[in-house]
Amino acid sequence: MIRINNFIIPLFSLIIFCLLWELLVWYNNWPNYKMASPSDLWPAFWKFKHLFLIYGWETFWRTVVGLILSVLVGLSLGILMGFSKTIRIGLYPILVGFNAIPKATVVPVIALIFVGMHNMNTIIIVILISFFPICVSISIGLSTLEREYEDILFSLGANKFEIFYKIALPKTLPEFFGALKVSTTLAFIGTNLMEIIEPHGKGLGHLFDSGKISADYPLMFAVLITLAVMGIFLYYIVVYLENIFAGWAIRK
Amino acid sequence: MHINIEKVSHQYETKQGMLPVLKDLSLSIKRKGFTAIVGPSGCGKSTITRLVSGLIKPTQGSIFISNKKITSPLSTVGMAFQNPVLLEWRNVIKNIILPLEIVSKNMTYNQKRSNALDLLKLVGLEEFENNLPSELSGGMKQRVSLCRSLVHSPEVLILDEPFAALDAFTKEDLWDVMHKLKKERDFTCILITHDLREAVYLADQVIVLSGRPASLQYDVKTNFNEEKKLSDLYSSEVSQLLAILRNQIEIAQNKND
Repeated sequence: MIRINNFIIPLFSLIIFCLLWELLVWYNNWPNYKMASPSDLWPAFWKFKHLFLIYGWETFWRTVVGLILSVLVGLSLGILMGFSKTIRIGLYPILVGFNAIPKATVVPVIALIFVGMHNMNTIIIVILISFFPICVSISIGLSTLEREYEDILFSLGANKFEIFYKIALPKTLPEFFGALKVSTTLAFIGTNLMEIIEPHGKGLGHLFDSGKISADYPLMFAVLITLAVMGIFLYYIVVYLENIFAGWAIRK
Repeated sequence: MHINIEKVSHQYETKQGMLPVLKDLSLSIKRKGFTAIVGPSGCGKSTITRLVSGLIKPTQGSIFISNKKITSPLSTVGMAFQNPVLLEWRNVIKNIILPLEIVSKNMTYNQKRSNALDLLKLVGLEEFENNLPSELSGGMKQRVSLCRSLVHSPEVLILDEPFAALDAFTKEDLWDVMHKLKKERDFTCILITHDLREAVYLADQVIVLSGRPASLQYDVKTNFNEEKKLSDLYSSEVSQLLAILRNQIEIAQNKND
């Protein structure tokens, strides 16, 4: 019953959302260049279904690869910062400064450094935009570990590494997954920033740009909805992994 | 294993300068003894547990276990705290075998499990082997924590107010569990506590520390009965002893002011 509810309730809220959206457009009698309605989306989607498949896949794999790499970067930096106070106070200003820079301004810089390497450029932007929440949550989780947790193993002569993988790391997993959910949605922003700002003809961002140039508003909306669906899909994969690795922390 | 604390002084570095917590503290705990240490809040009782377990080194003086000076943590020591600090992602049995994963790396899982199960039966929790800590009550968690501190058969058990956060009846249950464990697993035990009845009921020696910086103020044997029973706590003999201890605590508190 709980499993069915977990599926039915979100589906129901989605249907209500689409109905309200349709009603809003219909009631105001907006033309589709002002705001496309859900009923305009399917034809637009169907017309370009091959492009959606090809570009959608490109956006998707680059986002996933970027996300995996940002987990690696965020984890390693977070672990270093969690264990060494010197590294923590040394790195924080740089990381915060980096994160405060609008990523849209970094796109041309990256694109100039690695000219023509579109996949790599996109993945770099994804990493830059998504590693920060992971890094912060891991470093806070590790640096706030209660002393008693360390004491029960230290008093037996355990080394730092044993304390890390037996206690500190598993204890930080719930925070890690919380941050990963934030990073997952940020990652799509990263991919599309690169695809829209640097016109190199790849990914859903490019399809969005084409829609803009040809004034095909339903197409633009269809791209946005596809991105939203991909974001939801990836989010639930993270939730699935969270249930496996940190299910103990979820209140039943 | 007898424990000797010889002229130990200890101070912590704080923002306001050095804070002395122990001053010239000397005491000895006999082999297989059960010693309770009481004293005013913040007088440095927990510091003693960290010193005896080798987690920190005293600023001055030395601590000996069986005439061997402690310079680093020993695997023959077990610890339990007021906070049971169970690992929430591990079930009860896997929580208990944690020390064995550090101390006896070559032991098979089945051996570790059977060691842990023996203890679980002693504390009456054998049915909860596969439960997660979040499914246990406060008293049950503390029982599991006691099992974990004993699973590697330590020769010294250090208890830092393990029953302080429990309600009165659960506390008394746990005292009897402690009696049972002590009888079955004979170890040398140091108990830090604020509860004088607990100290008198569990320990055969009670030590009162003076206010900070703490040194030995009062030392008394509490062998009022061969086998202590809860009802003994209401006898006139024990009442007198409790009154003396209460008075000693007051003296120690005044020194603190």
